[in-house]
Amino acid sequence: MSTEEEPLPAWSLPAEAVERIALPELWPGQITREWAWGEATGKGVRICVLDSGVETDHPSVGEVQQSVAISIEGDQVIVDEQDTAGDLCGHGTACAGVIRSLAPECELASVRVLGAGYTGSGTVLLEGLRWAIEQGYDVINMSLSTTKQKFAGLLHELADSAYFRRTMLVASAHNMPVESYPWRFSSVISVGSHEQDDPFAYYYNPKPPVEFFARGVDVEVAWLGGGRLVCTGNSFATPHIAAIAALVLSKHPELTPFQLKSLLYLTATNVGGGK
Amino acid sequence: MSDDLRAAVAAGVLGAEEGYRALLRSIVEVARAIFKAKASSIFLLDEDADELVFEAVAGEGSETLIGQRFPSSTGIAGFVLVSRQPLVIEDVLADPRFSRETAESTGFVPKGLMAVPLLYEERALGVLEVLDRPRDAKFTLAEMELLGLFANQAAIALDLLQRARRAQAALAGEGELDVLARVAAALERRREEGEPDSALRLLVELEKLL
Repeated sequence: MSTEEEPLPAWSLPAEAVERIALPELWPGQITREWAWGEATGKGVRICVLDSGVETDHPSVGEVQQSVAISIEGDQVIVDEQDTAGDLCGHGTACAGVIRSLAPECELASVRVLGAGYTGSGTVLLEGLRWAIEQGYDVINMSLSTTKQKFAGLLHELADSAYFRRTMLVASAHNMPVESYPWRFSSVISVGSHEQDDPFAYYYNPKPPVEFFARGVDVEVAWLGGGRLVCTGNSFATPHIAAIAALVLSKHPELTPFQLKSLLYLTATNVGGGK
Repeated sequence: MSDDLRAAVAAGVLGAEEGYRALLRSIVEVARAIFKAKASSIFLLDEDADELVFEAVAGEGSETLIGQRFPSSTGIAGFVLVSRQPLVIEDVLADPRFSRETAESTGFVPKGLMAVPLLYEERALGVLEVLDRPRDAKFTLAEMELLGLFANQAAIALDLLQRARRAQAALAGEGELDVLARVAAALERRREEGEPDSALRLLVELEKLL
């Protein structure tokens, strides 16, 4: 993290300032998964699941540090920081369970943006994301998107602000030919599915906008009532990447989203991680 | 042209609601056959009521379900609609709430389901579900793609159905505009029957007067 007293001008780098931006750690010539997240548990990393809520006492999810619900009343955004509704669908619990299984010691927070009906759901999604970014989570898992063009600009601004504030947004890509957001923005890590069973197998896509593929087919996930189900969808690939990002950040907390994304690329199964 | 006038003309030529309903029914029947599933259904979002409505059903429970409604953000269909993300779930029985809800409303409890949002341009119009496809092999992304293709077709059909309904609604209570719809429909009929377009020529003369 940056500790200098005087901020550097953002648009130039004076010669005398070169040392001030020296990186705390040099990357080895060959990046390995061992270096990237070997022995990491996600400890110290705060992940937010922006979804349908999370069932807090689910054995596959474990402790949920915070449960928040976002709603809209008139023009007012209501943030209930003690949400007790749990999970209204099962989906948020599924995502949280995937994250917990890969990053067992991370801190999990649930921000519920679903459940208040279709009308207004775009605004709730936007305000939920805004709130989550303000809380400074390290990773935000978003297995949802909006197709409404009017939200695209605001979501883009939010995604960029997260990127500059060291919050990594990990979002589900669409597997249908529609324009949707925020996964298409380059400040976000977008995730589609592959068909393999290995939760640590992930591929960099040389033909974006979808940037990574992770396990998303026939995934056994946590579901309502303490149960488990087998599910398929990019929704479930996304928390795999979110969790791996958390592992990396727990070992290398200094990484910016740009560096984190680069590291995921370098350790992808089809790049260097398969070896 | 005002929206009402446009709707009036459209109502005359868009065709009857029954035609679009038949198209939706055909889509769910083909989806059910292709996936060898027990049932398939299309839900339409009623934005005013914020509810999902069973619009077309093939297979088990088909007689009783049409027109049934439930809140737009509950259950798996609601999630798929609001999140815009397709979802495939096996062992649905393990979800106590899901099976109770479904059993109460339909008498048919599926073991697995595929649900995909129906997206047209930037709107989410509804949800297509395929219930209980045979579980003899691992799910594949090719199936997901196929489901997406069906969803695209269903979304176009739903959009047409909604346009037809809006056009009819715009006419309701507008007695004077109704004549426009009837004239447009009559012109369309004459063209289809290859009748000489004397009426159209008359309209052209009328336009000059206006």
